[in-house]
Amino acid sequence: MKNIIKITTPLDAKKIVKLKTGDFVNITGNIYGARDAAHKRFFELIEKGKRLPIDLKGQIIFYAGPTPTKPRHSCGSVGPTTSYRMDPYTPTLLNKGLKGMIGKGFRSPEVIKSIKKNKAVYFGAIGGTAALISKSIRKSEVVAYEDLGAEAVFRFYVEDFPAIVVIDTYGNNLYETEPPKYMK
Amino acid sequence: MREIKANQIKNKVKELFLKANFYINPDLMQRLKKALVEENSPIGRYVLKMIIENNKIASREEVPICQDTGLAVVFVEVGQEVHLVDGDFTEAINQGVKEAYQEGYLRKSVVDDPVFERKNTKTNTPAIIYTDIVPGDKIKFMVMPKGFGSENMSAIAMLKPADGEKGIVDFVVETVKKAGPNPCPPTIIGVGIGGTIDKAMVIAKKAIVRKINQPNKNPKFAALEKEILTKINNLGIGPAGLGGNITSLAVHIDYLPTHIAGMPVAVNVCCHAARHAEGIL
Repeated sequence: MKNIIKITTPLDAKKIVKLKTGDFVNITGNIYGARDAAHKRFFELIEKGKRLPIDLKGQIIFYAGPTPTKPRHSCGSVGPTTSYRMDPYTPTLLNKGLKGMIGKGFRSPEVIKSIKKNKAVYFGAIGGTAALISKSIRKSEVVAYEDLGAEAVFRFYVEDFPAIVVIDTYGNNLYETEPPKYMK
Repeated sequence: MREIKANQIKNKVKELFLKANFYINPDLMQRLKKALVEENSPIGRYVLKMIIENNKIASREEVPICQDTGLAVVFVEVGQEVHLVDGDFTEAINQGVKEAYQEGYLRKSVVDDPVFERKNTKTNTPAIIYTDIVPGDKIKFMVMPKGFGSENMSAIAMLKPADGEKGIVDFVVETVKKAGPNPCPPTIIGVGIGGTIDKAMVIAKKAIVRKINQPNKNPKFAALEKEILTKINNLGIGPAGLGGNITSLAVHIDYLPTHIAGMPVAVNVCCHAARHAEGIL
């Protein structure tokens, strides 16, 4: 197993260009949870030239909607949802300064092009390991769109959140490079 | 006639949804541990270790295995000698789901209309209920919180009888290939063959909950399950889609008689967190 690279948010543009596809990272700092419905609202606000409820510059969006927090826990179970559903909105958010995304699954060619152009990173978290991932979440709060329930915008303070660099700032893609090695 | 109260149904459904969301069944845990031994990719082994550790944390702390606590699917077998009293059957099931999701801190993932408002119902209801009437005086429940990462990767094809076995193998393998990392591999693949377009998918879904890797009783279909699983695992997708030789843990086929003109094939994909629980009243 390779060494784990520690990174903090907001992301440092000079540091993230050094990240390579297949790197294991531990993320510390605030990250934002947002999924389908919140992305739709962000997109509509940008189209109308209005301000977003959060400043995206240098930030990471975690495609996720947690379970409600149990008493004496800092967060409910939370893991990545499938990213492609956010693809129609992603280039617009990247153009607004978003630097990182945590999700699972394929991205569209348009998103990959935009990741390269904006020198952003797509991190993969392991789907279906929400009880484990929640151990790295120290604090969770809703910061916008409370009416959306599980689809609200969350701010998570994370310590050593485990992720893998799937698409780096150069557009290299682990989903394309790794599986062919095991194909028979 | 045996009387069963609506309240008993509510309580049983609630108990089973809580259990399914916190505890991975022992057969699946065993299969994951076996996969860890069989997996050649270092990243794949890392992913499998995380999955096994996750499932242990979930059961120890009674927290959801996955944040997608699913759309509540309920298969019910109602004995024809049962007389339901003090309430409504469907309402009792939905009330059980509602209480499990509220009291168990499970995520409410249901929107009312699928197109326009998509407003969260905040109760995780209505449930999807399939009812069969069977001999006897008991009610049997099989509950399945079905996550949509894998549901979205499912597919159906109305193949020609001439497409034969090869047509089925190609369609199932192609469906898994296209899904890649999206449905949280290593997956369990439910396949329904025959019946009508709708019934094929129902039996595919029900096939997922079979004891893992228990082959179909018909040796021809058992061989087909084996062939498809081998071909899927030769795709190289691997755990979390990050490469490896374990892309699916099992392929379960079920089949039904069908029309002379057709061969419906339904593929219902299920993530590695294949949650289900069974109970009898």
